[in-house]
Amino acid sequence: MLTRICQAQALMESACDAVGRQINIMEVCGTHTVSIFRNGIRPTLPKSVKLLSGPGCPVCVTDQGYIDVTLDLALRDDTIIATYGDMIRVPGKAGSLETLNRKNVKIIMSTIDAVDLARQNPDKTVVLIAVGFETTTPATAVAVKQAAAENLTNFCVLSGHKLVIPAMNALLSDKNNKIDAFLCPGHVSVIIGSDAYEPIVRDFNRPCVVAGFEPMQIIEGIAEICRQIAKGTAENGSIYEVAVTAKGNATAQRIVAEYFEPYDGYWRGLGKIPGGTLRLVDEYSQFDAMKRFNIDEIPAEELGGCKCGEVLCGLIDPPDCPKFETKCTPDSPVGPCMVSSEGACSAWYKYGRRRKQNK
Amino acid sequence: MTQSQTKKILLAHGGGGRLTAALIENSILPKFGNETLNQLTDSAHLELGSGSICFTTDSFVVKPLFFSGGDIGKLAICGTVNDLAVAGAKPAALSLSLIIEEGMDFEIFEQILQSAAVTAKAAGVPIVTGDTKVVETGAADGIFINTAGIGTKIDNIDLSMNRIVPGDKILINGNIGDHGMTIMSQREGMKFESPLKSDCACLNDIISKVLETGADVKFMRDPTRGGVAATTNELAASSLHSIELIETALPTDLTVRAAADMLGFDLLNIANEGKFIMVTSADTADKALNAMRAHPLGTKAAIIGEVTQKEEMPIVELITTIGGRRIVQMPYGRELPRIC
Ligand code: SF4
Repeated sequence: MLTRICQAQALMESACDAVGRQINIMEVCGTHTVSIFRNGIRPTLPKSVKLLSGPGCPVCVTDQGYIDVTLDLALRDDTIIATYGDMIRVPGKAGSLETLNRKNVKIIMSTIDAVDLARQNPDKTVVLIAVGFETTTPATAVAVKQAAAENLTNFCVLSGHKLVIPAMNALLSDKNNKIDAFLCPGHVSVIIGSDAYEPIVRDFNRPCVVAGFEPMQIIEGIAEICRQIAKGTAENGSIYEVAVTAKGNATAQRIVAEYFEPYDGYWRGLGKIPGGTLRLVDEYSQFDAMKRFNIDEIPAEELGGCKCGEVLCGLIDPPDCPKFETKCTPDSPVGPCMVSSEGACSAWYKYGRRRKQNK
Repeated sequence: MTQSQTKKILLAHGGGGRLTAALIENSILPKFGNETLNQLTDSAHLELGSGSICFTTDSFVVKPLFFSGGDIGKLAICGTVNDLAVAGAKPAALSLSLIIEEGMDFEIFEQILQSAAVTAKAAGVPIVTGDTKVVETGAADGIFINTAGIGTKIDNIDLSMNRIVPGDKILINGNIGDHGMTIMSQREGMKFESPLKSDCACLNDIISKVLETGADVKFMRDPTRGGVAATTNELAASSLHSIELIETALPTDLTVRAAADMLGFDLLNIANEGKFIMVTSADTADKALNAMRAHPLGTKAAIIGEVTQKEEMPIVELITTIGGRRIVQMPYGRELPRIC
C-alpha cells in the first residue's frame, strides 16, 4: 500500500508543479469528508491541493423549513415521527426533535421499521422523515410500495430526498465558485452510474472522478484529478470500477422513478435548486405527508448566523465561521453541519483541529 | 406462599417483611452465601490487614438486560472488580444492591443473580453485604444494580501520573469496541453473519499476572464509556503529556469494525467492559505484553502507542493506516447512527 501512496503522492506533486496554482477539489459527499479526516489524508497532500467539503451530507442540506415542519408534526398527538438518528439533533426554530423530548419520536434503522410502526399503531399516523440522496431514496420507495400493497393508510412520507447532479450543476453555475474538480461518491455512483456525471464534465469542463471511501481510493482519486488538471483535460473517470457501472443500478432507478418525481425544492445554503428535490408522484400522493397534513410548501428559512450555506458551497472552511468551536460545538450545535456525523463542521471539530499553538 | 407461586417480583419483596426474608433466604444466600454474608448483620466485618485500602462504587443500568457475552449481573460484578484492579488493588469484598421494578419475572431475576454469583466466584471476590428494594412499575427499567468494592493495595507498584515520561508505551489487552457495538447492534436489531459478543470480563487475574512480571507499570484504566479515546485523553490531560496511537496496531474484530463502519461510529469511542489500558516504561513493555498474551483475556494484546512529549495543552493523535495523522478527541454525549 505504501508504494501506491508514494506513487499517488508523486503524481500529485508533479501535477501541482505543472499547474503552478492551487487546485480546489470538492468532495461532494459527507462520507468522503469523514473518511478524509478520519484517515488524516489532508496533511499528506501537497500544499497546493485544497479539498472543499461539498453539499453531500443529507442532514446538512436539509433546510430549516423542513426541520420546522417535522417539529410541528412531532408536536401533534396523532402522529409518530420515524426518523434516522442523525436528524434528531438538527435545530429548528422551536428546538430539535431531541429537545422536544416527545415519546412519539422514534429512531429507525431502516424504512421498514417505519412501516412496522404503522402496522403496530393503527390509531396514529406514522410520518417517515425521509432525507438522503440517491442511496437512501430506493429504501423509501420500497416502504411506500409496501404500505400501498398493505393499504396502510396511516403511513406517510415527508420527502426531503435530494439529487446530487442538480446540486453540482447549481454550484458550478455560481460565478463565484472556486471548484476545479469533483471527487464523486462511490455509493451514489453505484446507483446513478458514472454516465450521470457526463453533463457536468461536458458543460463545465470539470473532471469528475468517482472513488470509494477507503483512504487508498480517495488518495488515488485525488491524484487522478490532479493528473487531468495538469494535462488540461476533464474526464469522467472512476477508480471504483469494481462496483460502479456506466449506467448504474437500473432496478433502483426504476423504483425511484415509479414513486418519485423531481421538483424545485430548497436546499440549505443553496436556495431553490431546479429539479434538486424529490416528492411523491400524484398516484401515491395519499402517502405524501405534505398532502396529508395540508402543508402547501416547505418554507425557506435560515437560522441566523450559521454559515453552513457557505461551508456547503466550499466558499469557506468551518473554522472561518465565527461560531465554530465557540458558540457551535457538537454538544450544542447551531447548524446541521455540526450535528451530522457526516457534516463538514463536525468532521473538522472532531478530527481536524490541531495543537492550539499552531492552529 | 412459596417462591414458585410468586412468579413476579412484588413491592412486598422489598418491604422488609416475610417476602423479603424469603427472597434473601431462597434466592440470595444459596447463590452468594459465605461466612460474612450469612450472618446477615447490618454491616460486614472484614479483616484486611494493615496496608492501604481502595474503595469504589458503580451503578449499572443496561438495556437489554441480557446481551451476547453477558448480562447486567455479570457486568455489575466485573465493573467494580475492574475499577479496583486498575487502581492496583486486589479486590477483597463487594456489596450488591438491587433496585428491582415491581412485576419483574422471578425467573429473570434469578438468572441475573446467578450470573452475578458465578462471576464473583470466578473472580474470587466474595459478596459480603447487600440490599434489595422494589420500586413501582415504571420507576425503574427492569433492574438497576449498584456494587461497591474494597481492595487492598498491591505492594511494589507505583501508579502515578508524575512518573509518566516521553517514550513510555501504551498497551491494551485486546480488541476494542466489542461491548459497545454488541449492545448497540442488539438494541438496533442488526444482524451480522458472525455474532458480536461483549468482552465483559473480570480483569483482576490478568492484571495481577502482568504485575507479577515486575514490569514498570505507571498507569492503568479500563476504557469503558467513551472507549479508548476517552481514557487516552484523560491520561494526556492529567499527565500533561501528548500521546500517539497507531491505527494499524489497534486490535479489532472484523465484524465489530464492519458494524461500526456501517453506523458511522469510531471504534476508539466505543465502550469496552473487559479491557484495560496500561502505560509501562519503554524497556519493560514487552514483559507486560508477553504476560498479557499468555492470559486468555489478553491473546490479542498489543502495544498501541506511546507517550510523546510533555506539553501544556497535550493532545492525543492517531497515526492512520495511510500514514496520515489526526487528532483523537474526548468523545461527547451519545453517538447517533447515521443515514447513509
Ligand atoms: S460552525 Fe456551526 S454555525 Fe458555523 S457553519 Fe458550522 S454548523 Fe453552522
